[in-house]
Amino acid sequence: MRVELVKRPEMSRTMMLVSPLIAVGLTVVVAAAVFAVQGFDPLQGLWLFFLEPLTSLWGLEQLITKATPLVIVALGLSVCYLSNNWNIGAEGQLTIGAIVGSIPPVLFPHFVSPLVLPLMLILAAAGGAAYASVPALLKTRFGTNEILTSLMLVYCSTLFLDWLVRGPWRSPQGYNFPITIDFNESAILNPWSIGGVYVNLSAFVALALVAILAVVMRSTLKGFEIRVLGQSPRAGAFAGFSHRRMTLFAFALSGAFAGLAGMMVVMAEIQKLQPVISPGYGFTAIIVAFLGRLNPVGILVAGLVIASSYLGGEAIQTSLQMSSKVATLIQGVLLFFVLACDTLILYRVRLVGGPSRETARA
Amino acid sequence: MKKLMLLAGTALALAVSAAGASAADKLKACWVYVGPIGDFGYSYQHDQGRLQVEKELGDKVETAYLENVAEGPDAERAIERFAREGCKIIFTTSFGFMDPTIKVAKKFPDVKFEHATGYKKADNVAIYNARFYEGRYILGQIAAKESKKGLAGYIVSFPIPEVVMGINSFMLGAQSINPDFKVKIVWVNSWFDPGKEADAAKALFDQGADIVVQHTDSTAALQVAEERGLKGFGQSSDMAKFAPKAQMTAIVDDWGPYYVARVKAVLDGTWTSTDTWGGIKDGEVVMAPYANMADDTKALAEATQAKIASGAFNPFTGPISDQDGKERYAAGVVAPDGDLLGMNWYVKGIDDKLPQ
Amino acid sequence: MLEAFILTVITASTPLLLAAIGELVVERSGVLNLGVEGMMVMGAVAGFAVTNVTGSPLLGILGGLVAGAAVSLLFGFVTLTLVANQVASGLALTLFGLGLSGLIGEAYVGTPGLRLPALDLPGLTDLPVVGRILFGQDVLVYVSFALVAAVSWFLFRTRAGLVLRAIGDNHGSAHALGYSVVGVRYLAVMFGGACAGLGGAYLSVAYTPQWVENMSAGRGWIALALVVFSSWLPGRLVIGAYLFGAVSILNLHAQALGIGIPSQFLTMLPYLATIVVLVAISGNRRATAFNTPACLGKSFVPDR
Repeated sequence: MRVELVKRPEMSRTMMLVSPLIAVGLTVVVAAAVFAVQGFDPLQGLWLFFLEPLTSLWGLEQLITKATPLVIVALGLSVCYLSNNWNIGAEGQLTIGAIVGSIPPVLFPHFVSPLVLPLMLILAAAGGAAYASVPALLKTRFGTNEILTSLMLVYCSTLFLDWLVRGPWRSPQGYNFPITIDFNESAILNPWSIGGVYVNLSAFVALALVAILAVVMRSTLKGFEIRVLGQSPRAGAFAGFSHRRMTLFAFALSGAFAGLAGMMVVMAEIQKLQPVISPGYGFTAIIVAFLGRLNPVGILVAGLVIASSYLGGEAIQTSLQMSSKVATLIQGVLLFFVLACDTLILYRVRLVGGPSRETARA
Repeated sequence: MKKLMLLAGTALALAVSAAGASAADKLKACWVYVGPIGDFGYSYQHDQGRLQVEKELGDKVETAYLENVAEGPDAERAIERFAREGCKIIFTTSFGFMDPTIKVAKKFPDVKFEHATGYKKADNVAIYNARFYEGRYILGQIAAKESKKGLAGYIVSFPIPEVVMGINSFMLGAQSINPDFKVKIVWVNSWFDPGKEADAAKALFDQGADIVVQHTDSTAALQVAEERGLKGFGQSSDMAKFAPKAQMTAIVDDWGPYYVARVKAVLDGTWTSTDTWGGIKDGEVVMAPYANMADDTKALAEATQAKIASGAFNPFTGPISDQDGKERYAAGVVAPDGDLLGMNWYVKGIDDKLPQ
Repeated sequence: MLEAFILTVITASTPLLLAAIGELVVERSGVLNLGVEGMMVMGAVAGFAVTNVTGSPLLGILGGLVAGAAVSLLFGFVTLTLVANQVASGLALTLFGLGLSGLIGEAYVGTPGLRLPALDLPGLTDLPVVGRILFGQDVLVYVSFALVAAVSWFLFRTRAGLVLRAIGDNHGSAHALGYSVVGVRYLAVMFGGACAGLGGAYLSVAYTPQWVENMSAGRGWIALALVVFSSWLPGRLVIGAYLFGAVSILNLHAQALGIGIPSQFLTMLPYLATIVVLVAISGNRRATAFNTPACLGKSFVPDR
């Protein structure tokens, strides 16, 4: 018995919609089993993990808040990955972006003006882009592999932030704890109420970026260039596209997105700098990007799914006293199933007996 | 398909509401931890406190916890979730939870909040911490008596006042026995990396220290001491099991009595917003059994512990000078708590530099 | 002093080297498994648990090896049989491993472990300076070097190694020549899992005999980066792992000496050093490109 894949003549539209449902269904079965093994009521566990977070306005607010940075960072990364540039250092670009963007409120606390907010966002995007340009430049100039450099720069950025908030940027009013001064009111993002749901500007930025990127990738020359250079650098070169410029562009773009996302998280939720400003958004966004099939709309959906799995994980912890490890485990399982079921879009899966054709031919 | 899902959803909802009703008359007490309870260190000890509440108050309470909550944007959601789920008292156990705690407390005036190691209070937010520095003074005295080289290695996580205060107290204790006592300090910039802590211990021993002190959570440093036949102290919990021949004592965080008292206060309706900084006297800082040391060292340690417990002695009593030789407290002056909480300078005799 | 320094570097570098040599083979076969951290932490918990139950550190190491290989099969099935995206599947494996190891390990928190004994050859181990370094290590240190030598020999001196590299460079042609692309990759992935499991077991049985959650503390990611650093050459991997280990330990020594540089900057050193050295050696672009498996991360489905 073995599994054999048969390529479909074209992508199956039905499967595009059905495969995620199958994946969720399989995850539900496994999750129920895990809950039962751990000695909990599987039905109650399933309700809490999958549905409870969506049943209250507050839950929806939290879902949006958690998904927003994931989506923004993943959008930037998708451009990188499509153009065959392996930026896995978004966490570092997010951190540096937030640091650079925080210069106005931390160093010029009396500068209160409506200009502060856009200025911070621009600085954050610029900072993230600049930090992302380091691995890009090393790649184009010396041929240094960007996977290693972008990852190593993550560690450097978080240590730099740590030093900053314990040293030169430490708040004089903070009892020498590692925090900067609180941002002034013009450096804070306040949520807007929309039909009782409080939503931040950042969520709209995320939606706008999804829309823009969807259009750019589908129907502009730039989008074409990204995809061509990603799939076949040679063909891209014949078309007159520069591989080098694309590397710099893709890294700068994803760095800018990450910086923007980090800054908005800080402005909306922390409102100062501290040693930890991100629960690994830059890394989780890699999962979101691939789960969303590197497609802007897909990323939006994937961001919401991953965010809801975090909320569900908290719900089973607080309501059932289940270990947080169970949630991490189920997240892994969910991802495996979603990825595996995506195969159904391109292939028909057959179970066949006997020796494989591959070996038979050999 | 749709109908089926709806049906399943309703069934689930019913099952949950049935389960919820039985627990309604209990008081719900909740904890937010920064690390995993499996760290056998800081978060583990807080969770031991929670378990003691369950044990002592039995069926009057119901408890819940969230572990591994990052000190960033996730903290506020975690705390608010508890408030929404009907927790009547919520303990937030890390400094980085301070602002989120205050924010959520404003939205839920009927819920009591308790924040550990911070400095912001409100009508429904109490703060608490433990005077671990009292124990560290005793460690300093033991180290100075037992060290043959007059040199201790000190492994630390992050430079926050709590840690700096501990180093200073340790040094003051050591200098009270041996004025020339030296300490070498290594920051590992991490709370959860046993490998790195072990390497730091090795580096310190290799540079001549014969006693290791730690303000990180794992047992790795003590295990290195055990292997090399040298000595050290445990941190957060009694680590004698891991290093039976090396551990001289350990500073044990015992949050149990405080947690029981505070949850009881909510049950009785006597809870008020307080600022508690308990120490050896209050049973919050417990010294693990003194072992692997000379009898007179042990006698000295016990005497100092008794003096601190009775309130007759405070480790931060002048004269105390800082690194540059400037006198911070004149003879007989006791450093006020406010100074300790924000301590960001070293006492005389320490060569390390703090980030400024 | 130098002897002590080298001894510390060896223990710090060995888990990195063990995990990385396995991943190197995986990547040479054209598969990118980003789940090293998850496999490592599974190896750590299994190593600790088996040691605890059987009382034998050697069996514990075996347990770590098996656990690493077992979870790697999950990744193998999803990416090789079902041709799912390798990057995302690797990250899923990391989540899976961190979660499952935490659950299994709950029972062992606060339990002291047994340490893998170090080699002790009377006479040799007592030699001045080099005695402990050469003849006083635990068995896994020797295993790590033996593995590097064996992998190097296998990849470049055997026919099977040639096949594996051919599959990593051009799976289409390799398949046309009649080689089982998927079969070889399964074996490579399992080898990688076993090595990562060994690296993890090293942490909980030899390095620091205890179990705490997430005790791999990011070493899986460093191992991945080191494979890139080595440009897929086993010999360079040793240099990378020991460079990283040495600079990390140097940081601790520098601090203990009290040189007054903020610890955060010293802690950055191993990361920066790795970048700088990589930039310095990646000048010869053609050689790097020659060694990079051309099909790395690309799924393969045989045409029928």
